[in-house]
Amino acid sequence: MSQQQRSGRPSSDRLSPSRKKAVIDIRNITKTYKMGTFDLKVLKGVTLKIYPGEFLSIMGPSGSGKSTLMNILGALDTPTSGKYLLDGEDVSQLSEDQLARIRNKKIGFVFQSFNLLKRTEAIRQVELPLIYSTNVRNRSRLAKRALESVGLGQRLDHLPSELSGGQQQRVAIARALVTSPSVVLADEPTGNLDSRSGTEVMQIFQRLNEQQGITTVFVTHDPWIARHTQRVIMLRDGKIIADERVKEPLIAGEVERPSDAEELQGIFEETYYGGDESEYT
Amino acid sequence: MNLSETFRIAISSLLINRMRSALTTLGIVIGVGAVIGLVSLGRGVEAFIAAEFQTLGSNILEISSSQPNSPTRSRIAPLTTIEAADLANPFTAPDIRQIAATYESSGIITAGSERTQAAITGVTANYAEVRSWPVMLGTFITPADVEDTQRVAVIGLDVVETLFGSREANPVGQSIQVNDRSFTVIGVMSERGGSFGISEDGAVIVPITTAQTRLDNARARDGGYLLTRMYVEVIDEEAVEDARQDIETYLNQAHGIIFDDEQDYTISSASDILSIVNQISSLLTVFLVMIASISLLVGGIGVMNIMLVSVTERTREIGLRKAVGARQGDILAQFLMESIMLSFIGGILGIALGWVVSVLVTAFVADLTVTVSPDAVILATGISTLVGVFFGYYPARRAASMKPIDALRFE
Repeated sequence: MSQQQRSGRPSSDRLSPSRKKAVIDIRNITKTYKMGTFDLKVLKGVTLKIYPGEFLSIMGPSGSGKSTLMNILGALDTPTSGKYLLDGEDVSQLSEDQLARIRNKKIGFVFQSFNLLKRTEAIRQVELPLIYSTNVRNRSRLAKRALESVGLGQRLDHLPSELSGGQQQRVAIARALVTSPSVVLADEPTGNLDSRSGTEVMQIFQRLNEQQGITTVFVTHDPWIARHTQRVIMLRDGKIIADERVKEPLIAGEVERPSDAEELQGIFEETYYGGDESEYT
Repeated sequence: MNLSETFRIAISSLLINRMRSALTTLGIVIGVGAVIGLVSLGRGVEAFIAAEFQTLGSNILEISSSQPNSPTRSRIAPLTTIEAADLANPFTAPDIRQIAATYESSGIITAGSERTQAAITGVTANYAEVRSWPVMLGTFITPADVEDTQRVAVIGLDVVETLFGSREANPVGQSIQVNDRSFTVIGVMSERGGSFGISEDGAVIVPITTAQTRLDNARARDGGYLLTRMYVEVIDEEAVEDARQDIETYLNQAHGIIFDDEQDYTISSASDILSIVNQISSLLTVFLVMIASISLLVGGIGVMNIMLVSVTERTREIGLRKAVGARQGDILAQFLMESIMLSFIGGILGIALGWVVSVLVTAFVADLTVTVSPDAVILATGISTLVGVFFGYYPARRAASMKPIDALRFE
């Protein structure tokens, strides 16, 4: 069974850039940090288009510049040069307060460490982005709806300490969704979770992407997570080295993650010389 | 983000750290309480002094000799009975009702085996009236006593106690020796007490003529007799300044004074003395309030300290808020609101503390009524709010200027 069949959405919809306007359109972006006397080039010209409804991962080893790219995509930072069009609006040279407005309206963040407020009820957590946007009425209704969409409709008044890790991350997802952003950026969203909660969170992302067409960008170093998304962009040394479509994205919960032993199968020498086998039996 | 939202966030953040908020507030409570308490105490003391001076009479001017502060003149021309008579003449000074004059010296007083050194005040018969100081026993010196240079004396309670063993003794009719001359005690002055350690109850009061001629030889060059002091009763309070003018005009001419700094006399009124005393007491109040303000300052630094800790502790929260769209101003307002609330609540409780202190002082210190005045309350509330703004601004600024990426990454 393929992803396309499950989603019931013709794949050509996502694969024909010419017919849709890109949500994220970055052109030849660079980022340079001044480190005393020498300049550290973290991004060396990245060009990337992301279309509405896409679900993609940005992968790369540490130091590849994926966090920097994520910060720029999330309007948390501005590029040194290059252009960044978000929903057609140039956000590459905005002031800090203008960036704050962009983040508020167009971007939803999900972090590895949830970043929930201490001793604050789930519904208040989700309302948080709405506090900072103008002219939002019925805040609590929107927050309630967002929590329902991640399956926490019964946990509105729970404090973070009363929720499991998976539930906390779902609160964070609801918080990212409550402003109906153009794109949700998730930085290792399953990194702090056990495999069962990780699967649960992954299922929610897939369902939201399929049912509501929410554009989702994962930043991860875990190939298993990347295999659940539809497109994988690989970064190395500040450049994109690969931008590939996943042939058959995994559906969270359908396939068990292979154990380390299975992953490593076939790489070892045939005979084992290291010790007496009876020690392990 | 609107004000009520900021307010709500601040309240909930403060409630999350109840103990810490309470202790931080305590610093402000003590500071404001001390300021309010001392301001009220100072006001109470001023009111008390003003009430004391009210008895001295606000329409009385006192003239005495003083050293001129002039390079051209250092000689003092003494006050005389002739000058007193001239000033009492309505053509010289129409606003003067009457003048009580004194000639003061000191001497050895003896009664039986008891002796004491005492101030001897020769007075005119209207002295008791002008100074609003009635006799307690017997009678005061009469015009006839003055006319006839009688050897009679009216004595103060301290003298009664020294010479006759007790303040309750009745010495009227007894004989005492003043500089070895025999005087008859005809009365005892009521207790005057005295402000600031100078008691008038130790006085031996005799007719002025007796003091000038029998106890002393106080002839003046102008043919009259010397005077130490004149108590001038003016017809009413409003005329005091006019009367002062008339007195100056007359005395300047009589003493040949051309420039003001050559004046060899001083005219003072009860209100002059009152204002000096008030100056001293308000200086004292200011001094005490300054000390109290130090505790308020320390309280403010406490607020700043806690806010800095709080900002560092909540770096990730700040990062998150910024990530979801908080602008610099929102974060600034949030933290500023917290510090203002800490110190504002401290201010309110401090007012309560100051009030309790003033009630206790009023209850336990006789004669002193201490009330918390509305302006002190407004001042304290204002100051504590300003403390919140002043000491909260730096931490809040620090929070607001954090970069969201750094704040989110903070461990």
